[in-house]
Amino acid sequence: MTTYLRPRDLDEGLHARAEHADWTVLAGGTDLLVNANHRAAPVGMIDLWRLADLCFVRVEKTSVAIGAGTTWTEVERHPAIRAKLAPLALAAREIGALQIQARGTLGGNVGTSSPVGDSLPALLALDAELEVASVRGHRRVPYREWCTGYRTTHLAADELIIAAHVPVPDATTRTSWRKVGTRRAQSISKVMGAAAITLDGDVVVSARVALGAIANRPIRITAVEDAVRGQRLGVAGDAARAALRGAIQPIDDVRSTATYRREVAENLVARFFSVS
Amino acid sequence: MNVTLELNGETREVEVTPWKRLLDVLREDLRLTGTKEGCGEGECGACTVILDGEAVNSCLVAIGQCHGRQLTTVEGLAHGEVLHAVQRALVACGGAQCGICTPGIAMCASHVVDRGLLAGADDVTARAKVRELLAGNICRCTGYQLIVDAIIVAAREVTR
Ligand SMILES: Cc1cc2nc3c(=O)[nH]c(=O)nc-3n(C[C@H](O)[C@H](O)[C@H](O)COP(=O)(O)OP(=O)(O)OC[C@H]3O[C@@H](n4cnc5c(N)ncnc54)[C@H](O)[C@@H]3O)c2cc1C
Ligand code: FES
Ligand code: FES
Repeated sequence: MTTYLRPRDLDEGLHARAEHADWTVLAGGTDLLVNANHRAAPVGMIDLWRLADLCFVRVEKTSVAIGAGTTWTEVERHPAIRAKLAPLALAAREIGALQIQARGTLGGNVGTSSPVGDSLPALLALDAELEVASVRGHRRVPYREWCTGYRTTHLAADELIIAAHVPVPDATTRTSWRKVGTRRAQSISKVMGAAAITLDGDVVVSARVALGAIANRPIRITAVEDAVRGQRLGVAGDAARAALRGAIQPIDDVRSTATYRREVAENLVARFFSVS
Repeated sequence: MNVTLELNGETREVEVTPWKRLLDVLREDLRLTGTKEGCGEGECGACTVILDGEAVNSCLVAIGQCHGRQLTTVEGLAHGEVLHAVQRALVACGGAQCGICTPGIAMCASHVVDRGLLAGADDVTARAKVRELLAGNICRCTGYQLIVDAIIVAAREVTR
């Protein structure tokens, strides 16, 4: 029978993780429990659901710290996240539907690290840092270095994800997030992306542009970022579209063709740099 | 593992493996078969229950996670003979046909109505909100129109 542990605090969780590398770490279960009856039961489970040390949103001077245990419902409703980190709040509202948002957590999205994880391009565009910990101590990883391949990350076997630290964009930076799927709710993205664009008037000073569902992991599109620098909004949209063309090799799968994905991705990126 | 939870207002205990899905424990161990399985993937909402005040898919919760928690299933929605406003409205508006989705719809809708998630919205906005909030509940029969009607009626009745 599966052994069950609900740690009282992070310390107990980290010790269990260090001792039992083969136990499953579980939060909301909205990835892990899918089709659970057709999968082998784990040897043990470390249940992080509602672990107080991971359930927080702290608004700090220049950033917001979002605990790994924070649900999408909580992200979507949090006034500071809505006001300062709009792409994350917008992504939260389109993750699954009400029931999924009530259980699904930020830590779970980052832990699964699917190419279609909706919060992931937002974390890239906002230049978030992840805090992870083990009994060996805490460390921080820039989110742009987190994903190493298809559903693989830099998380070590004895580590837990603690929080995302997200810098608050300044007043000259405009942010966007957009998801394209078969319908608004409960649909896996065909293409989705986020951008943070720093402007001097209507001239792009710098930009971070990230897309999901077009490669084996969420990616920053540096070719687009370079192409728009110094351009006026509008013109920058055309430059972004042209630069994207050579920069991505979208996939064909059951959800969409590569041609469709490419066209949608181009429109999406161009729109980030449109006027107003 | 011994799991003790508050189920529909009563303390219940079960001896089960902690990985078993809440949905299966309800139906097989506790013989509460009102909660339905449609997909087992979190897509259809037929298995919706209220866990610690949130509407969740019971097919995606491991029973170990429910120890010490509060749970309401469709069997606990009515107060004795008195149906919940949402159940009354579903009956009155004809918001059910084959009925397989209905327990899940009733649970999700009761959450929406009891939490006042439609409060203050005019009719057009409220209808759009109902469609968004119930997007995780799939119905293959009704075409949704009468379900949306029922939830609007129930929300009005509860706020009155
Ligand atoms: C019907 C349905 C629709 C969905 N729609 C979307 C969607 O639109 N967009 C989207 O992005 N996702 C979607 N998902 C996927 C899922 O809901 C999200 O990825 C969610 O954020 C997962 O969080 P969780 O807490 O439920 O993860 P869990 O299933 O509990 O865990 C997921 C993974 O993360 C690991 N993990 C969790 N927390 C930690 C931690 N603190 N430290 C280390 N590892 C950890 C677990 O070990 C596991 O590998 C959907 C899922 C379903 C079933
Ligand atoms: S059976 Fe749980 S969502 Fe379909
Ligand atoms: S009434 Fe048949 S699925 Fe909804």
